[in-house]
Amino acid sequence: MSTETNGKTIGNAIEVRGLKRSFGRQQVLEGVDLEVPAGKIVTIVGPSGCGKTVLLKHLNLLLRPDAGSIVIDGAEVTRMRGAALDAVREKFGMLFQAGALFDSMTVFENVAFPLVEKTALGRAEIRTQVLETLGAVGLKGMEAKYPSELSGGMQKRAALARALVHRPKILMLDEPTTGLDPTRTGAIHELIRGTQKSSGLSAVMVSHDVPAVFSVSDRVAFMHLGKMRLVGTVEEVMASSDDEFKRFLAGRASGDDLENNQAGS
Amino acid sequence: MAAVDMIERLGETILDGIFALGNFVLFLFNSITFALLPPYKPRLAIRQIRIIGADSLFLIVLIGAFTGMVLGLQGFTTLRRFGSEGALGTVVALVIVRELGPVLAALMIAARAGSAMAAELGSMQSTEQVDALTVMAINPVQYLVSPRMIAGIISFPLLTTIFDVIGIWGGWLVGCGLMGAPSGDYFNGIAAQMGSHDIALGLYKALTFGIIVMWVSCYKGYHAQRMATGVSRATTEAVVLSSVLILAADYILGALLL
Repeated sequence: MSTETNGKTIGNAIEVRGLKRSFGRQQVLEGVDLEVPAGKIVTIVGPSGCGKTVLLKHLNLLLRPDAGSIVIDGAEVTRMRGAALDAVREKFGMLFQAGALFDSMTVFENVAFPLVEKTALGRAEIRTQVLETLGAVGLKGMEAKYPSELSGGMQKRAALARALVHRPKILMLDEPTTGLDPTRTGAIHELIRGTQKSSGLSAVMVSHDVPAVFSVSDRVAFMHLGKMRLVGTVEEVMASSDDEFKRFLAGRASGDDLENNQAGS
Repeated sequence: MAAVDMIERLGETILDGIFALGNFVLFLFNSITFALLPPYKPRLAIRQIRIIGADSLFLIVLIGAFTGMVLGLQGFTTLRRFGSEGALGTVVALVIVRELGPVLAALMIAARAGSAMAAELGSMQSTEQVDALTVMAINPVQYLVSPRMIAGIISFPLLTTIFDVIGIWGGWLVGCGLMGAPSGDYFNGIAAQMGSHDIALGLYKALTFGIIVMWVSCYKGYHAQRMATGVSRATTEAVVLSSVLILAADYILGALLL
């Protein structure tokens, strides 16, 4: 839980209040509240179509809300533009669902990209940092390969390296283990936890990998129909008597879900 | 209220169309503006010049040669009816420099590089690579589109000029070498009749077509729907729309600069 002093919450990397967003006539986010405490991993789970990815896209500022506030590292970002917005973005590292590696570049060039474009580091220093990060994700020796030459799991690890190489304060992950087999899933989860521990960054993860992802989460946020239905630590959430969540865990769609199921999440 | 529904839908379609048109024009404006603003990345533009310009060279030479040769052939047989074979050089050169050079070169490059660009940007969109750039605080239009604009502005006039030269030579090869028109008259006619305003017209057209092809291809690719059919539709639409706009602009520029 965040600590409150003089009415201000301190220690939250991200704070979301009353986020609303619609696409055309469809109201996807119906007033979402979320807190990501600094240095913790928060996992957002929920059935398909509940708005998880849309929420994540608001957190990494790809989308702007219709209403509500997003406070990142103490600054309200919903109205930001230009250099101020760029400064906030540079605190992020984002792992996209399919990796989103640039296919015209090698793994090395991909991972070096944030450093080359956004920092004034020299080539030798960039090389050291890139190789170190690649080693940390277990891709040593793969620098010269192109993304198309890598397996799905390796692409995700390369994408994770690219997200981490510039030492971000906040890591965001969109379904990091979807499409991977159980051993790879475990490896990625451990990698995320290990990196988070060693660098103390905060992380927000959207995942379908329930309950495996709970082992790597500090807090869980269960979303349902565009709202946060259940938020707490893993223990609190697992002990909850909320029947939507129980149904979600058991893999049974509720009547609401079948009626309101939107394409994508 | 079926009638009200229809009117509502009609209104929606028109408004969507106006919105899309505005988006389309703003895209051009943005991509040119960002090309002039820092951070400057000459490497990206140079790479695009290689892809759009240098890699199209063989095709341009081939099409240019055939165009010139056809003009030499048809021009000669037609002019012979009036006993005016000596005017062959003038006819071939003026037609190529003023019309066929800019238009055919642009259509070829649109088909080749324009479609590839639309496909590349479209598939980047569908694999979230464009979003990845945005999240890394890099302006994707400035990074992806502006270099292509610069490359188009530089490459099209150069390729058109090469097309012109090869075409005129092709006309001479067939008209004079094969069909027997007088060589001296061929080149003297060109020197006498071709003015700088003819060459300027051709180059203005080439420049305009370069901007059109880059603009349309990048726009279609950048706004492709994020799925496989979306990318292939974007590619087709890019080539079709580029071609239509090239021919329309050809007429407008010709009429304006006559």
